[in-house]
Amino acid sequence: MKVKETPGRKIFRVVNVLFLTAISFICLAPILYTVMASFSDPVSLINSRSMLFWPAGEITLSGYELVFGNKSIWKSYGNTIFYVTAGTIVGIFATSVAAYIFSRKYFAPKNFCMLLISFTMLFNGGLIPNYILISRLGLIDSRLVMIIPGAINVFNLIVLRTAFMGIPDSLEESARLDGAGDFCIFFRIIAPLSKATISVVVLFIAVAQWNSWFLPSLYFNDRDLFPLQLILREILIVGNMSLTNASSDVSSQFSIYTLLIQYCTIVVSTLPILCIYPFIQKYFAKGVMIGSIKG
Amino acid sequence: MYFAALAIMIYFLIFSFLPMGGLIMAFQKYKIVKGIFGSRFVGLDNFKRFFEGPYFFRTLINTLRISLLDLLFSFPAPIILACLLNELRGQKFKKTVQTITYMPYFLSTVVFCGLIRNFTDSRGFVTQIVNSLGGSYESMITDTGAFIPIFIITNIIQTIGFNSIIYLAALSSVDQELYEAAKIDGAGYWKQWLYVTLPGISSTVIIMLILRMGQIMNVNYEKVILLYAPSTYDVADVISSYIYRAGLQGGDYSYSTAVGLFNSVIGFILILIANMISKKFSETSLF
Repeated sequence: MKVKETPGRKIFRVVNVLFLTAISFICLAPILYTVMASFSDPVSLINSRSMLFWPAGEITLSGYELVFGNKSIWKSYGNTIFYVTAGTIVGIFATSVAAYIFSRKYFAPKNFCMLLISFTMLFNGGLIPNYILISRLGLIDSRLVMIIPGAINVFNLIVLRTAFMGIPDSLEESARLDGAGDFCIFFRIIAPLSKATISVVVLFIAVAQWNSWFLPSLYFNDRDLFPLQLILREILIVGNMSLTNASSDVSSQFSIYTLLIQYCTIVVSTLPILCIYPFIQKYFAKGVMIGSIKG
Repeated sequence: MYFAALAIMIYFLIFSFLPMGGLIMAFQKYKIVKGIFGSRFVGLDNFKRFFEGPYFFRTLINTLRISLLDLLFSFPAPIILACLLNELRGQKFKKTVQTITYMPYFLSTVVFCGLIRNFTDSRGFVTQIVNSLGGSYESMITDTGAFIPIFIITNIIQTIGFNSIIYLAALSSVDQELYEAAKIDGAGYWKQWLYVTLPGISSTVIIMLILRMGQIMNVNYEKVILLYAPSTYDVADVISSYIYRAGLQGGDYSYSTAVGLFNSVIGFILILIANMISKKFSETSLF
C-alpha cells in the first residue's frame, strides 16, 4: 500500500537527511583532520588555520619517521599491549569465577556477599586512601598495579552474574549426576552458553585498560613502565619536548615538528582501535543492552 | 569453592573496604610516618577548613553547573538522534550515520582531549570558525566563557552515537500495530511520534535519566583535568579535580580525603534518592 506523503513530510525527510549528514560530518571531522594533518608539511600545518580536507602543503611522511624512530612510543606501546592482555585475562578469569560462585543457588552466603560487593560500587574510599593503600602494598612502579587492583569490576561482575543466573538449573543438575565438578560445569556448560556476554565483558575490560591513564599517572614514576596513554598525554597535553632527543639532528627544528608529531602519534596509537571497531561494534551494542537490562 | 569465594571476599576487603577504613584520616592530621593509627585525631577540623575556605563554594558550584548543564544538553541528544535515525527509510544511510557517530567514542580520553585543545587554542580551526562567525577569542580553551560550552559540546560529540544505541533498541521494540491504529485514527506523523513513539520509549528514557541523576557529583574529572588550565579554574575546577590537586600534587592528604568524603556522601545520597524515585514511578529500581 502506498501512502501519499504530505509536502511537510517530504520537507522533513530532506531536512532530516541533511541534518544527520551534518552530525556525521561533525563526528568525523576530528578524525579526518588528524589523518590529513599527519601527512602535512610541518610548516604549512603550523600556519594552517582551517579545517583540513587534504594535507596542508606537500604530502610528507617526516612526522611518521620521527614517531616510528621514537623509542618511548614503542616501549609504551609494548607496555600497553602487555597491560591489556594480562589485565584482560586476569580480569575475565577473576570476574567469571566470582560471578559463577555468586550465581550458584547452593552457595548460601551469595546474597550477603553480593550486597557487600555492590556497596563498593556506590561508595568507596576515594582517591587518597586508595593511593596510600597502593603505596603501602608496594605496588607503586610495579606492573601488577595495572592488573591486580582493578581485576574485578563490580559492574562487569553483575552483568556476568545476571547472565549465569539465566542458565537453567536443570542443565547443571544433570551434569552433576554425570559426575561433573564445578570446574567442568563452568567450562563445559556455563561459559559456552554465555559466550556473548563474556565477550562483551572481555571487550569492556580491554577497552578500559587501553584507555586508562589517570591511575597509571598516579602509580607510575618510572617512564619505562608507562602505558601508551601516558606518553600520549606528555606529547598532546603537556607538550613534552624530550620526544626527539633520540634524533638530535631534528631537535633543533623541534618546534616546527611538534604539531606534526602530535597528529602522527594520534594516528599510530588510535588506528588499531578504529580498524577493529567496526567488527566489534555489534558486541558493544549488545553490551549496552545487557547493562541496561540489569538496571 | 568456598576457598575461592573467600579469596574473592579478601580481595574486596583489601582493595575496597580497606580504603574505606582509610577514610578515618579525614578526621585526623595524617602523617605518613605515623600512619592511620599514630596520627593525631582532630575531629571535623579538615571539613571546617574546606567549608570555610574559598574552594568550597567554587568547586561545589562548578561541579553542579557542569553536571546539570551536561545533563540538560547531552542527555536528550542521543534520544533525538535515535528518533531521527528511526525515521529514515534507507537502511544503508542509517548504518553509515551510525558507524560514523559511534567513532568518536573510540578515541581515548587523552587523544580526544588533545584534539580538543589543539582545535580550540589560538591557532585551532574551531577558534577560527567561531571568530569568523562573530566570536572574538584569542584562544577558546583558556577562556572562562568558552570552557563549559566546549566541555559539553565535545561530550555530546563523543557520546551521542554510542548512547543512541539503547534508544534505537527501544524504538525498534515499539509495536508497529500501534502506528497502524494511530494512522487509521487520523494521526499525522507528528501526532504518531507524540502519542506512540514517545510513550513507547519513555520507560527506557526514565531509567537512563535516573542513572544519570545518581552521577551528578561525578563529573568526568579525567576530562576536566586534561582540559583545564589555571586561567579556567574559576569555572572548570570541580570537587574531584580539586581533590587531585590538593591531595596528590599538594600532599595535603587528610584535608583532601575529607573533601572526597564529602563528595562521596553527597553522591551516595543522590543515588539513594534517584533509586527511590525510580521505584515510585517506574517500578524498576537498581537495588
